[in-house]
Amino acid sequence: MKKFRTPIIAAAALIALATPAAVEAHRMWMLPSATVVSGDDVWVTIDAAVSNDLFYFEHQPLRGDPVVIAPDGSQGAVENKATGRYRTTFDVHLTQKGTYKVAIINEGVFGSYMLNGERKMLPRGTTTATLASAIPAGATEVRTSENLTRNEVFITSGAPTTTVFKPAGKGIELVPVTHPNDLVAGETATFQFLLDGKPFGNQAVTVIPGGIRYRDKLNQMDLKTDAEGKVQITWPEPGMYWLNVTTAPQGMGPGGPGGPQAGPAAPGAAPARRANYVTTLEVLAP
Amino acid sequence: MQIRLTGLTLTALGATAVGATPAAAQTLDLTVTIPRLNVAEYHRPYVAIWLEKEGAAPRTLAVWYDHDMKANEGTKWLRDVRQWWRASGRSMSFPADGVTGATRAPGTHKISFTAGQGAMPQLSGGKYTLVVEAAREVGGRELLRLPFTWPGGGTVTAQGANELGAVRLTVRR
Repeated sequence: MKKFRTPIIAAAALIALATPAAVEAHRMWMLPSATVVSGDDVWVTIDAAVSNDLFYFEHQPLRGDPVVIAPDGSQGAVENKATGRYRTTFDVHLTQKGTYKVAIINEGVFGSYMLNGERKMLPRGTTTATLASAIPAGATEVRTSENLTRNEVFITSGAPTTTVFKPAGKGIELVPVTHPNDLVAGETATFQFLLDGKPFGNQAVTVIPGGIRYRDKLNQMDLKTDAEGKVQITWPEPGMYWLNVTTAPQGMGPGGPGGPQAGPAAPGAAPARRANYVTTLEVLAP
Repeated sequence: MQIRLTGLTLTALGATAVGATPAAAQTLDLTVTIPRLNVAEYHRPYVAIWLEKEGAAPRTLAVWYDHDMKANEGTKWLRDVRQWWRASGRSMSFPADGVTGATRAPGTHKISFTAGQGAMPQLSGGKYTLVVEAAREVGGRELLRLPFTWPGGGTVTAQGANELGAVRLTVRR
């Protein structure tokens, strides 16, 4: 690794490497082969990647362990998973009728500390629970950032159900007012967003239609949740849409990178938090 | 949590009339033309025929699909009849008694729906729309709407452009 001019920049770079979603230019996503399906023996395949353009494989595969939640709330199986140069791909066998959730959740603490005049990075895979033991005695200028990224897609076989939307109360979550597998171009859908189980009000919601490579404009929709955390989206045309809700960048600990008054935090101080939510929504033609 | 389901209410279409003795047989005579298409790969279209009434759950009267494939595989493409799938199909199970039918060849097909027989409900007074939607494998999709009022009678026609030809509905008492 190159030598960084200042430890703060180094720490910021580590965050960028570890959490691609936090980088403006790169978008993480999952793309199901279908979201509204019929039949008795239904499979969908899902591609997962991190890229600039939606939805093209051109940068990195999305890494992580996908979790499948079946309509009855039980955990389903991830089949045929493989990770290539540009994408991860896996299959889900929909053996139940109703709505499935497929999620890749990344949770961790990133940061650094000073020890004996040297800035050390927290090891990869540090969590809130292991944070205290990851920082040795005598460490100073501890800077940490807790990150919880939910990347979810929904697939419905037969009629839509709502069991999989029961909030966990952690990070940013989507609660349907309109079911995410009941979206039609020209109609207006309403979703509610929660942060740690409470309405995530007055927050930016970014929606971008897929197919960026073949048009000049991004056609990004910049929306905002109301006081109840609800946002209304009118779909201009059918297709796959990328939706992102994120907490405002808070930096790393008090006065994190970018903060003009960046100062050291006391060891053991509560880490700054960042939560991120990504989903891919399919809008059908009327 | 509230979920918006298109056109669904607790009152199923015609449910209030169940058990009532019809004054006369309510009959819908329908003629559906499936056009002959000059394409490299032709498959007969999946066709759904359903009845809508404001404030009531849509009622599927007929679905023509590949119902005789092994392991019910033909149901895989039912969702491509997408407006019907959203309005009614996705909450049904298949094969459906009195509803499931084989796909039909290009040509003109006559079907009658009589109240109380098959999936056809007794009609209470009001404004209805009979919808015919066709979706073809490796082809397109088309939907025609035929509005009528009950009690009343008469004939409504619609002309398809691609996947459907002329469709004609006659409402009889």
